[in-house]
Amino acid sequence: MEFSEFDHHADIPGTTIFDGKQAMKGYALNKMCYSFNGQAARDEYLADPEAYYEKFGLNEQQKQACRDKNVLAMIEAGGNIYYLAKFAGIFKLSVQDVGAQQTGMTTEEFKQKLLDAGKR
Amino acid sequence: MAKIIGGITTSHIPAVGNAIAQGLFEDPYWKPFFDGYPPVHEWLAKQKPDVVINIYNDHGLGFFLDKMPTFAIGAALEYRNEDEGWGIPQLPPFPGAPELSWHVIEGMVADHFDITSCQELAVDHGFTVPMQLFWPGLRNNPDMPKAIPISANTVQHPIPTLSRALAFGRALRKAVESYPEDIKVVVLGTGGLSHQLDGQRAGFINREFDEYCMDKIVTDPDALTKISRMELVEKAGAQGTEFLMWMMMRGALGDKVNLLHSNYHIPISNTGAGTMLLECVD
Repeated sequence: MEFSEFDHHADIPGTTIFDGKQAMKGYALNKMCYSFNGQAARDEYLADPEAYYEKFGLNEQQKQACRDKNVLAMIEAGGNIYYLAKFAGIFKLSVQDVGAQQTGMTTEEFKQKLLDAGKR
Repeated sequence: MAKIIGGITTSHIPAVGNAIAQGLFEDPYWKPFFDGYPPVHEWLAKQKPDVVINIYNDHGLGFFLDKMPTFAIGAALEYRNEDEGWGIPQLPPFPGAPELSWHVIEGMVADHFDITSCQELAVDHGFTVPMQLFWPGLRNNPDMPKAIPISANTVQHPIPTLSRALAFGRALRKAVESYPEDIKVVVLGTGGLSHQLDGQRAGFINREFDEYCMDKIVTDPDALTKISRMELVEKAGAQGTEFLMWMMMRGALGDKVNLLHSNYHIPISNTGAGTMLLECVD
């Protein structure tokens, strides 16, 4: 399906606007991540990740991004950060770890960047 | 008649829930944040509101992308907190005020504000962290009011405009203040301020813009309606769009408010954290 007439994408560098287009593209991936609210789902995933990807119908791009635990690639594949945070939670990754990974920093460097933002 | 006595804003960062669980109130990282709350506690202890209308945005616990309400109002006897997937301690259910909920839903829909009513709604950190911050001890705190959650969509664009958020608050005020019982209501606007969790711009925080918003929301909230949604994403960060909750709250407070207290601190987790206490004048 094409939505070219309704392109609400805004060009804000380093930012993906999660709109209807992204929401359709990432539906399976986000639905899987939403399931991780439950402990039983997290256990089932960890026991056999590939079977779990199949269960939710992830495409190859989404599967590979998950295998790599690559947050930028997951966003590219339609992932929404609020659901991806639940995926990250399985691996005990904090939002600083996730931020560091996306900006190519260590977690310590990323935390320092946040502290620096507080300085006048 | 019911009366809205004031509004309180706060960030609702999940890490705050963990810090409360661990009692980190005097920890050097947390102290500048927690120091923003005692004046609010004092005001609440004096005012003792009967009901809190907690305006927050669900982050993927109560709602998923299969059905995404733009504005949802809880209409339940109680609201459960559930596992969000990352091990924040779960809290006991929050008692609701369904009679007022339905009155508000009736009033707002009659006023052409079409909302989604929820007889079951699991509430996430967006709702629970502010409750913990304002009423320490929760159900063990005799002052904790009955709660009505209101959630607005900031997960998926299109999100509401700032103008619509303010208008929502104004319609909410009208609906609440037509409720025949003599009760006191406080309104929370939770979330924000500037932060971005996703993309190469993760870690973006904008003190200047946050301070502008905190200033204008007191004196001239209509000026903030000139900000477009994409400008909000650009200036506040992708998740800074939670500022819409503050606009909804502000609309519910009437034209004139007194600013009783304000605190701003960077960073808590990835966020510029703002707390404000506004008392209604009318």
